[in-house]
Amino acid sequence: MKPGVEVETPVHRELGLTDSEFDLIVEKLGREPNHTELVMFAAMWSEHCSYKSSKVHLRTLPTRGPQVLVGPGQDAGVVDLGEGMACVFKIESHSHPSAIEPFQGAATGVGGIVRDVLSMGARPVALLDPLRFGPLDDARNRFLFSGVVAGIGQYGNSIGVPTVGGEVKFAPCHGPNPTVNVMCVGLVPAERLLGRRKGGAGSALLLIGAATGRDGIGGVSVLASRTLEDDAHESRPSVQIGDPFLEKLLIEACLDLAGRGLLDGLQDLGGAGLTCAVSETAARRGLGADLDLGQVTLREPGMGPHEILTSESQERMLAVIRPENVERAREVCARWGLSARRVGTLRPGGRLSVRAGDEIVAEVPAPALADEAPAYQRLARPPRLDAIRADDPAKVPLRVPLEDAFFAVLGSPNVAGKRWTYEQYDSLVQGGTVLGPGADAAVIRLEGSVRAVAVSTDGNGRYGHLDPYLGGAHAVAEAARNVAAVGARPLAITNCLNFGNPERPEVMWAFAQTVRGIGEACAALGTPVTGGNVSFYNESGDSSIYPTPVVGMVGLLEDYRLVTRPGFSSAGLSIYLLGSTRPELGGSEFAEVVLAKVSGVPPALDLAAEARLLAFLQECARQDLLASGHDLSDGGLAVALAESAMAGGVGFTVAAPADGLAPHLALFSESASRALVTARAGREGDVEEAAASHDVPITRIGLTGGSRLEFTGLFDVGLFDAVVVYEGAIPTLMSGARVAG
Amino acid sequence: MKPKVGVVTFPGSNDDRDALRAVALMGGEPIPVWHQDRDLGGADAMILPGGFSYGDYLRTGAIARFAPAMAAVREFADVGGPVLGICNGFQILCEAGLLPGAMIRNRGLSFICRWIHVRAEDLTGDVLEVPIKHGEGQFVASPDELARIEQQRLVAFRYCAPDGSLDESFNPNGSTHAIAGLRNDRGNVLGMMPHPEHAVDPDLGPTGGQSVFQWLLTAARDRVPA
Amino acid sequence: MRFRFEIVVSLKDGLADPQGKTIQDALPTLGWGNVAEVRVGKHIELVVEADDEAAARGQVGEMARRFLSNPVIEDFRILSGEVAAR
Repeated sequence: MKPGVEVETPVHRELGLTDSEFDLIVEKLGREPNHTELVMFAAMWSEHCSYKSSKVHLRTLPTRGPQVLVGPGQDAGVVDLGEGMACVFKIESHSHPSAIEPFQGAATGVGGIVRDVLSMGARPVALLDPLRFGPLDDARNRFLFSGVVAGIGQYGNSIGVPTVGGEVKFAPCHGPNPTVNVMCVGLVPAERLLGRRKGGAGSALLLIGAATGRDGIGGVSVLASRTLEDDAHESRPSVQIGDPFLEKLLIEACLDLAGRGLLDGLQDLGGAGLTCAVSETAARRGLGADLDLGQVTLREPGMGPHEILTSESQERMLAVIRPENVERAREVCARWGLSARRVGTLRPGGRLSVRAGDEIVAEVPAPALADEAPAYQRLARPPRLDAIRADDPAKVPLRVPLEDAFFAVLGSPNVAGKRWTYEQYDSLVQGGTVLGPGADAAVIRLEGSVRAVAVSTDGNGRYGHLDPYLGGAHAVAEAARNVAAVGARPLAITNCLNFGNPERPEVMWAFAQTVRGIGEACAALGTPVTGGNVSFYNESGDSSIYPTPVVGMVGLLEDYRLVTRPGFSSAGLSIYLLGSTRPELGGSEFAEVVLAKVSGVPPALDLAAEARLLAFLQECARQDLLASGHDLSDGGLAVALAESAMAGGVGFTVAAPADGLAPHLALFSESASRALVTARAGREGDVEEAAASHDVPITRIGLTGGSRLEFTGLFDVGLFDAVVVYEGAIPTLMSGARVAG
Repeated sequence: MKPKVGVVTFPGSNDDRDALRAVALMGGEPIPVWHQDRDLGGADAMILPGGFSYGDYLRTGAIARFAPAMAAVREFADVGGPVLGICNGFQILCEAGLLPGAMIRNRGLSFICRWIHVRAEDLTGDVLEVPIKHGEGQFVASPDELARIEQQRLVAFRYCAPDGSLDESFNPNGSTHAIAGLRNDRGNVLGMMPHPEHAVDPDLGPTGGQSVFQWLLTAARDRVPA
Repeated sequence: MRFRFEIVVSLKDGLADPQGKTIQDALPTLGWGNVAEVRVGKHIELVVEADDEAAARGQVGEMARRFLSNPVIEDFRILSGEVAAR
């Protein structure tokens, strides 16, 4: 570009491409791109679609293992559940649209991730929603929270996929930038997995589902690749409206097509719309494609080629179908009331050729769009964290009564009961829910089998803020611990990495560290990464979110009837604490709520010790030794005990472990690799032996029973009083918050 | 011979597969019926399942009631065939005029998914633990219609406390007279907002739904084909 | 000829209107304490082909009675009808 020649901003810069990216495009085409081609590249090479700032780091993650059937690079990851069944799963973010229009932003987030799972030929069987908002004393945060939950509920409930897990957390940094992640899990016989191997030159490309409008044009380039500023309301055209009824029809029609063997491939239309779906479909098969925009059903008149190509209208899928099957496929779609138009054909070579009317409006190598966006090694530099890390909350003496601290932590929004959210979700549809919201991991049984899949989503932004490496590692460890706590074997993860502006060196440093932590934890625990999502630019003004890795862990439970539940089931059972407790309050719930500090260093993580705990929990489940099991995390031992008591309706008498710790440290430290179990009557010896053989420290700390929560020598409170605080916190904050919706 | 129970699938039905599974678990032969079929496949009883037929667009059940299969269901009900409408199915029965009244949005405005208790308003007065999952379950009817419903003892279930007593704090959606389910005057058509099909499998939770399926299958067995 | 009609469907008087009540309760917190009543309904637009306006209006009334509204719980009003521009 010659300086001084252009008076206005060049088109490519307006579209979000840098000068050097433009030059690279010219090099790949052997000429300058026309406007339509430029728009296609701008969409495909946006951060959201190309992962250009994150690729170099994500490549370091472990992605292989005997249980992995499909790793990163497809629409979703897949693990082997045995008995010929496969589990398809992925997590994605929809934070930027949700900040502008929370209901539709969250709803369409559900729609998108469900279609990703559907594109592998799997029936979606579960949703989980890890969410983060600003503090609820602010009306705008209440508005976003209620809108997002209502949106996820309305969409997920309407399409008949149960929402069975997730988490809701609150932090000031999420006020301007809520974090909305959604995970979907699907099931399919392994031999019916759709992938990239089938469908050759000559196969038809059918566009199934909704008509194409101007929804979200520029969405990925505009919203997900730039920070939100005060004029965000002008981005409203970039937010799409979801139609869950159409999605439900799409799910049934696609599964019908797959079941009849009519599909060679299926791809969701998400970010960058038709351009992405066609270029990836072609490029993954080493082919090119002809595309005829005149065959695309439009919702609005007068749409230009570049608009049709990058529209993000929801509820559309692209199917790869052999020519001899096209008529039959259209009949199946018609039965479900869906339009299925043949919009193109796969061709040999790698060229994507787009026609509108009589003209060829774009001619681009498919791999250039789909695979050849540049990968950046952005500058990474740690921020100044020394002072805040040195400020150890464990060294601060407790100046309030321990009982008051207990209720403060129990009733803090991060810890408190989340019925207000999950009772808005149908967690029962499809009849497979063995454990639903409120448990450590959701458990969904497989039809016609005693096997079940266990799923959990976890992530701690405070840890990420104080030590991003540990933040990443802890997210994996906690997710694995939750899956093992219900008795299942952790298999593999998907991950959603939520960060600020990657052009800032501190953010890029935190990202690289987080990925390193995730990688090392996954390697140590034997849970490879099958894919995921990166959400950058979660920043506005000078407010950035904490580095927030969210890990979705999938596990296998061999017999769902042996599931371990968290609640104390009866009186007189021995309560055991597994693992070691150290004075570790860095980044803890106690420190933030009682000491008003987010400081110190996160708890240490001994991955070998964590692996031993996971093995112990699975062993106990296999031998049916436990009456209950629950992992320890936010709020430490005191919260885990209270939650188990409230879940079962049975109190306890417990002597907090000594080890020379001050009482508040014993109760609220968040040391890793710990769990709380009760042994079945008469099996105490077996539990203790299992712990010894797995080299996991075990301490008998008390007995279940009664209607009080007694911490011997410290304080005791009524179970009912705990329930009032725990269950009442969120509803009290949200009362009167809802207006018409 | 197992009694045949048809389950109609409308575009948007979700709990149809759960209803089919519950029929099989409880000893019946499940018959899937497509909304466009005018033939109920020889069914001895019919279920209109839960879900979001037509996305609940316009009004819940308003579009589904015009489906060809519904004409067949109406004829079936008119000759005494047993019909069970669950949640969206109950809404469709009301829209079709096979049961009185209508459902509007929950009093609290939110969708609620929760295990609750209902009292069976027949001689047994049994308390059943069953789940609800709906956003539009608040039953309403005109004062005259309501008087007729109570006088003719058409109420099949009322929301109640775990001990069976009636208490507004145990009415999850504000339904008039805590009505959770209704029969027609002939007694062969039953509509209910709770989901009995999700409460038949002891492996998954309470089994308060079993007595509803027992009623349906018994009525199916007893029926003399018209 | 093509005619455009607007119909409002609202809950019958006397029925509880939880959406309307919630809005009514919220308005004072936003600074408007002078709102006595709020009712929430549905607004439907139809473009109908018919020989003349009277015929079209008659048909729209039928559609509203039999389908667009539920007479058990709703009333409807035809707000306007005019020759459709497109």
